[in-house]
Amino acid sequence: MTNLNKLEAYQLSCVRDDRVLFSELDFTLNSGHVLLIEGANGAGKTSLLRILTGFRRAESGNLFWNEELIENSVHFYQDTAYIGHNNGLKVALTAQENLRYAQALSSTTLSIDEAMAQVGLDGYQDTLVRLLSAGQQRRLALARLLCTHKPLWILDEPFTSLDRASIQLFEQFIETHANQGGLVIMTSHHETQLPHTLMQKIHL
Amino acid sequence: MKTSSLLNAFGAVIKRDLLLAYRFRAELINPLAFFVMVITLFPLALGAEIALLKRIAPAIIWVAALLASLMSIENLFRADYDDGSLELMVMTPHPLSILVMAKVMGHWLTSSVPLLFIAPLMGMMLHMDADIIGVLMLTLLLGTPVLSLIGGIAVALTLGLRKGGALLAILVLPLYVPILIFASSAIDAAMTGFPVSGHLSMMCAILFLALTLTPLPTAAALKMSLS
Repeated sequence: MTNLNKLEAYQLSCVRDDRVLFSELDFTLNSGHVLLIEGANGAGKTSLLRILTGFRRAESGNLFWNEELIENSVHFYQDTAYIGHNNGLKVALTAQENLRYAQALSSTTLSIDEAMAQVGLDGYQDTLVRLLSAGQQRRLALARLLCTHKPLWILDEPFTSLDRASIQLFEQFIETHANQGGLVIMTSHHETQLPHTLMQKIHL
Repeated sequence: MKTSSLLNAFGAVIKRDLLLAYRFRAELINPLAFFVMVITLFPLALGAEIALLKRIAPAIIWVAALLASLMSIENLFRADYDDGSLELMVMTPHPLSILVMAKVMGHWLTSSVPLLFIAPLMGMMLHMDADIIGVLMLTLLLGTPVLSLIGGIAVALTLGLRKGGALLAILVLPLYVPILIFASSAIDAAMTGFPVSGHLSMMCAILFLALTLTPLPTAAALKMSLS
């Protein structure tokens, strides 16, 4: 991940049910930075993330990935990973089958076994995802981030249903990713401790 | 770093859907059981008039296949939408329309192809002649993929609705009519001894038209339902 990436937002605004959630939001996120989005329930954190992933159109404003509008950029989806409230895992498939599918759809870095070992799920390769606990499923989603090559991570409440050790592990991976030149955008209710990274905050 | 080719991604989507279908084998039986049940009820209701059965058998088989396809298509994107894997499918370097085509192909393989195997048996049960069964099989082979492809658009459009079932049928059935008409006219021609190649060519044309045109609106509707 040596090449530098940049995500820029200009004058974003979002209206939902006639309520203005936020307006005229500007930010620039460079390689190696982490953007933490804070705000109360219903403040528009998830809406903002869905705008940043391009799933939802902002009421006004533009988003640029490496100076290209994300709607027109061929690289944006190639470079972006998203973990939402759902993990995007098929519960009727095994952990390994899920990761193999994810790898077939994008560029791969680590092998599946390495990624699973890093998140502490070694030995669960052939276990059906349905039989994993909620926290383990979340870890598997993290393993998917690790084994595919995606510079930009967009994480919606990544620490949900994780225990303290797993949260620390997750934070460590976020730091490593940022220090290797990746970009991370995340929302979180937890006190997020990332002392070794350049952290920007947006309060909605 | 290994990059993923479009062909790999296409194969992976089909492979995953087939694997999922295999894990839910009980659901795989549903369209097949429906197909067989509908067809078996007709001779019971009509009585043992061989001439009449022979005459209407192709229509019964086609309508049953059409409804079986409609019945199973509702789940085409539902599970992916609910568990978030649809979002992952959008976030790939590959065009969504091609991946959508892979999903539709997976649906056709799991819901219509089993019917193709059992259809000749049903035809024999209804006293159809062997050569007419041949034509029926050709029309089913060319027609059922079109049903899945057209159904895909409607499913993608109704994805955001909680109970889209009835709306789905209303949207889709009128679009199924042309393929049904061409199929039955091909079979009619075969029964009266006329050549069928013209009708079959027309069905081929519809199939290729659907293959090239339907993935684009389906992909657009999917993106819309994600917002």
